[in-house]
Amino acid sequence: MSMNFVYERFLGGRNGAIGLGILAVLILIVFPSILDTFRLNLVGKYLTYAFAAVSLVLLWGYGGILSLGQGIFFGLGGYGMAMFLKLEASSPENTSIQTTPGIPDFMDWNQITELPWFWVPFESFAFTILAIFVIPALLAYIIGYAMFKRRVGGVYFAIITQVIAVILTVLIVGQQGLTGGINGVTDLRTLNGWDIRSDSAKNLLYFINAFLLLGVIMVSKFILTSKFGRLLLAMKDKEDRVRFSGYDVSNFKIFIFCVSAVIAAIGGAMFTLQVGFMSPSFVGVVPSIEMVIFAAVGGRMSLIGVVYGTLLVNYGRTAFSETFPELWLFLMGGLFIAVVLFFPNGIAGIFNKYVSKIPFLNRFYEDPEKSAIEAKKTADNHDEESTAEGVKS
Amino acid sequence: MGNYTAQELTSIFAMQGFAGISLFSVLLLMALGLAIIFGQMGVINMAHGEFMALGAYTTYFLSTLTESFFPGFMPYYFFFAIIAAFFVAGIVGYFTEFILIRHLYKRPLDTLLATWGLSLIMQQIFRSTFGAREVSPALPDWLMGSYMPNDTIFIPINGMFVLGLTTLVTAGVYYLMFRSSWGLNVRATTQNRVMSGAVGINTKRVDRMTFALGTGIAGIAGAAFTTIASTGPTSGSQYIVDTFMVVVFGGTASLFGTIASAFSIAQAQSILEFFISGSMAKVITLLTVVIILMMKPEGLFSSKVRK
Repeated sequence: MSMNFVYERFLGGRNGAIGLGILAVLILIVFPSILDTFRLNLVGKYLTYAFAAVSLVLLWGYGGILSLGQGIFFGLGGYGMAMFLKLEASSPENTSIQTTPGIPDFMDWNQITELPWFWVPFESFAFTILAIFVIPALLAYIIGYAMFKRRVGGVYFAIITQVIAVILTVLIVGQQGLTGGINGVTDLRTLNGWDIRSDSAKNLLYFINAFLLLGVIMVSKFILTSKFGRLLLAMKDKEDRVRFSGYDVSNFKIFIFCVSAVIAAIGGAMFTLQVGFMSPSFVGVVPSIEMVIFAAVGGRMSLIGVVYGTLLVNYGRTAFSETFPELWLFLMGGLFIAVVLFFPNGIAGIFNKYVSKIPFLNRFYEDPEKSAIEAKKTADNHDEESTAEGVKS
Repeated sequence: MGNYTAQELTSIFAMQGFAGISLFSVLLLMALGLAIIFGQMGVINMAHGEFMALGAYTTYFLSTLTESFFPGFMPYYFFFAIIAAFFVAGIVGYFTEFILIRHLYKRPLDTLLATWGLSLIMQQIFRSTFGAREVSPALPDWLMGSYMPNDTIFIPINGMFVLGLTTLVTAGVYYLMFRSSWGLNVRATTQNRVMSGAVGINTKRVDRMTFALGTGIAGIAGAAFTTIASTGPTSGSQYIVDTFMVVVFGGTASLFGTIASAFSIAQAQSILEFFISGSMAKVITLLTVVIILMMKPEGLFSSKVRK
């Protein structure tokens, strides 16, 4: 793999490399040096939502498939990690005052005397890590296979994924003894003996999370700059033409849905590690739509823009709900409407529109729209040439 | 199903069935409005539940007004409340279409985000105006009580009243959409907007009126809702997912499908609730619907039109 390949495909050329570089400096150097551990942990929590927003850039921005169920996968990743941590925190010594020592406290409160079968494998760390990747991917595969093979898409897909999010939430809340119910899985302490509640652990987890996010963005960039990425965009614009060209559209859709599920699940797992609990309020309809909002505000076509979108909306929520809780809902509602009506490409769209007009800065900046137009021109010329050749022969 | 005798089982089914009828009525009224907005216009109106809440709050407001100024009028105010709920929700819907929705017809998925934003704003308005606590209008005496055909079966009168109201509204919607020239305009605009404009239909006006009708019916659903539960700022949002499910399950362009789907979802949930917990009843009902939809994506009764 040559350096140039990495530069063009994982970073996305000059624009992508500069954008990713600025983001990396911000989250790896600026935030850790100006924020105390509490605030840094808060930013870390926001950045876990950014995984879900990035997953929506792939699925919604490029694939044109709106999932209102990213909370499902965020939750599956988060609960997977939480189950492992909870079992570690519920050792027989720690829980000796319970009627049945060695099982999580909420099970004991609900008169459950034996660890349920689906909790048992989560005693293994290796299985837990595997499950965080495999279970969301598997569920996404089943949903995607059932829907896309029958050419269900668009609005119906959005509604069905939303209903699945409702089902999962009601199930978690209703089965309190098995899942911890509405309170979720709380009081998580150690990861393989390492106390995740200490300040040093919180700082380290922040960096692990930040590096993972940058890695996920690079992998996503790689997917989008590949032939598959082009097909994805073509599918969004003219699905039938791609199908008539001989591609199996549904398989591409299933694949990108699975990828987006895994990305959201990584975010969920990191959320649990940094925040120290997981609850159904991060699984259902509202968090799932909020993830879409993060992506919409940041710019649904920009892998880096959505990170800023996520940070901005969450910072706004924290800042406003502390001081003017009533104003916040008006502001949030108004923001959705404004973004949809006036800035369909979000922060990234505003940036692309205006940064090219700033002197000096624009020297480092290639306008993606302009380069797209140029690429199209080259392609058109090529088309004309080939038609001309066709006429000759 | 436990140790119930046949006699007891019949009574359980009858009573849970009638309990389900109230849920069925509210779901159907909500779904009728949404079937018009989503099925005909393609707008994903996430604020539909808030229009229902608007109707419910209108009813509450009128009941408070009547109670303090015209106490003698209490037995009759409810009829006026239903009409007022329809018009208040309808007028707000009319302006919503004009300000917000009409810019988004070419981007159906974006209507979802914009109307979600609208629903947040409406919820906060309800909270600021009527408080965060749930409220209930004082219902007229004749709506209370129940009818007892034998010792084991109680049929609540408010349920029967709401069922009657729903039947009337359904018949009205059927007439408007399929038997009036206005409905013809609506259906023509849905099928081919450009051609409808060419033959002289004012399609923009049709859009506004259609949206207003849909939200108005949601307002009636709100008035009906006050007879079975109390209203809070987020009451509407609790019904929005179920309502979408009813519309999609029934097949979007089919009135009969919407009725059948509202009935089966409400009854399945209500009858299951007696035997297992309410949350599991909901899980099983929704899961069944999702699995059926995955096998039959066009819904129960799809109208035979080409896509």
